[in-house]
Amino acid sequence: MVKQIDIIKPSKIFPNQDLVCLRTMVHDDPGSIDTYLKIGGYEQLKQILKKKTKPEAILAELKTSGLRGRGGAGFPTAIKWSFMSRDYDGMKYLVCNSDEGEPGTFKDRDILRYNPHQLIEGMLIAAYVMGTRVGYNYIHGEIWREYELFEKALDEARDHGFLGENILGSDFSFDLFAVHGYGAYICGEETALIESIEGKKGQPRYKPPFPATYGIYGKPTNVNNTETFASVPWILEHGGQAFQDLGVENSGGVKLFSVSGHVEKPGNYEIKMGTPFSELLNMAGGIWHRRKLKAVIPGGPSTAVVPAALIENATMDYDGLQKIGSSLGAGSVIIMDDSTCMVSALKRLSYFFYEESCGQCTPCREGTGWVYRVIKRIVDGKGTREDLELLTDVSKKISGRTICALGDAAATPVLSFIKHFRPEFEYFIQHGHSMVNTK
Amino acid sequence: MIHADDIKLIDKELKKFPDNQKQSAVISALRIVQTRHGWLSKEHISDIAHYLGMPEIAVMEVATFYNMFNLEPKGKYQITVCTNISCMLRNSDEIVQHLEKKLGISFGEVSKDKKFSLKEGECMGACGSAPLCLINNHTMHEYLTTEKIDQLLASLK
Ligand SMILES: Cc1cc2nc3c(=O)[nH]c(=O)nc-3n(C[C@H](O)[C@H](O)[C@H](O)COP(=O)(O)O)c2cc1C
Ligand code: SF4
Ligand code: FES
Repeated sequence: MVKQIDIIKPSKIFPNQDLVCLRTMVHDDPGSIDTYLKIGGYEQLKQILKKKTKPEAILAELKTSGLRGRGGAGFPTAIKWSFMSRDYDGMKYLVCNSDEGEPGTFKDRDILRYNPHQLIEGMLIAAYVMGTRVGYNYIHGEIWREYELFEKALDEARDHGFLGENILGSDFSFDLFAVHGYGAYICGEETALIESIEGKKGQPRYKPPFPATYGIYGKPTNVNNTETFASVPWILEHGGQAFQDLGVENSGGVKLFSVSGHVEKPGNYEIKMGTPFSELLNMAGGIWHRRKLKAVIPGGPSTAVVPAALIENATMDYDGLQKIGSSLGAGSVIIMDDSTCMVSALKRLSYFFYEESCGQCTPCREGTGWVYRVIKRIVDGKGTREDLELLTDVSKKISGRTICALGDAAATPVLSFIKHFRPEFEYFIQHGHSMVNTK
Repeated sequence: MIHADDIKLIDKELKKFPDNQKQSAVISALRIVQTRHGWLSKEHISDIAHYLGMPEIAVMEVATFYNMFNLEPKGKYQITVCTNISCMLRNSDEIVQHLEKKLGISFGEVSKDKKFSLKEGECMGACGSAPLCLINNHTMHEYLTTEKIDQLLASLK
């Protein structure tokens, strides 16, 4: 039985995109299975099952495509999939990470509501390649409507025989379930997510062992981001080379960029890797209220902030952003105009990491708290000259000494904000108020 | 006692996991029970522990770890406003101030008539439509303005 939920229609579709993961958006009722079938959806799965395609052939196509993990780390997907042993004949799991909660990231939500079936087909193909029988899609607790929509999509897929035992009469079986978090950013980290699926606190595990050998219930598990899986059916349909060719060297294909903050048209833009930043900014309508660009966090707060002058000539791809000392992360482009007080912005980010640290590692637990208190002190007008060195020092001591990457993520904004906007911090400390005339 | 309708919902969640891994349904079970009662009392925790065959302390650990669980009574309508960076850049502070003024409460408080409570939220993964809020963890209201807040509050009976 398929639950009735209102059709979700995008309020606006931005022009000039190269739609892959969001290609259904130009149709009515984009999220329905009818729409997905109409554009050739589930055809790749059907072909694979009919031709009994060798998993190696699919991996080769993925390798050619240059697809890298879209969850932030950018690990090549073909290599990750090859870590899962096909010889292991016990239970193996597949997990989709839809827990996006890094400030500025909201792309997976649009895949869930506008093109859930492409995600499901991508996961089916992954399950076929890696020999996993059961999968979970772990969805951020706050986007409840998308959770319900995804459950509806699962019901539709089951009704059409795409999920369950002996799919489309083949000997391939796979079932997929939606699960959800309930307000813990750290559960986006893959081993914390696995703990959470086991019904525990979301505290990251030591690695190794990696999930590919020891994941859910100790069984081999592969975790990928929503956008990663959703790219796969398109790649098989058009060929790995076609995907690679959309992008640039080292950054194959297209990427969803979540543009938020001070732009006229915040939203998701699915564009070619290597697109100039200026073009993306134009697509997003330019800076809000025609003010001036001040700084950009190009990949979410775990990537370094860059001043306008540095990013204005950069391209949006892995290497392009690395060249200016930042990284692509999850493609979460946070735009700040010249009315932004960088000290207050950093205060909010530091509070986030302090609040979301799971508390297992001393440097992260204590360090994030310390950093937040010092920045708060500065914002309260009680900063001292030594505070900037203290912040730098404490942040450097968190980095590299923790179980998971949240520690490094917490240090990155502090170090990069102070590096690029030191005079603004010094001014605040000296005068007890912001250098910026906030609105 | 867990409400019979909630047992049905929890059983549906249990089907997603192996028979010997009932604990995996604990977040859903807590969410289902909280949705009915607005918060989770010691009894609720213990009922869930019993039903899933878990130690109470293990259920409690989960309930305290995840921020969307309420371990004390809240208003009939709990309004969570995201104040994180992307929302902050779109003036979420104005929304918060407006709510505080209209409801006479701050973050973490419940109104005298127990109708409303306010909570500060972290990123909800919807920053493109900032500023935004979540009512009782389920309904999101996006592109907020002070006028929209007025309408929203008037619609919550
Ligand atoms: C603190 C933290 C939060 C993370 N949050 C997410 C997330 O919300 N979504 C996601 O896909 N990956 C997230 N990751 C990365 C995952 O651990 C993992 O690398 C990713 O899901 C793998 O998928 P991919 O290879 O397709 O990118 C996070 C990592 C850390 C350290
Ligand atoms: S680095 Fe922080 S969030 Fe990650 S495991 Fe350690 S304490 Fe937890
Ligand atoms: S920062 Fe508010 S929803 Fe993401």
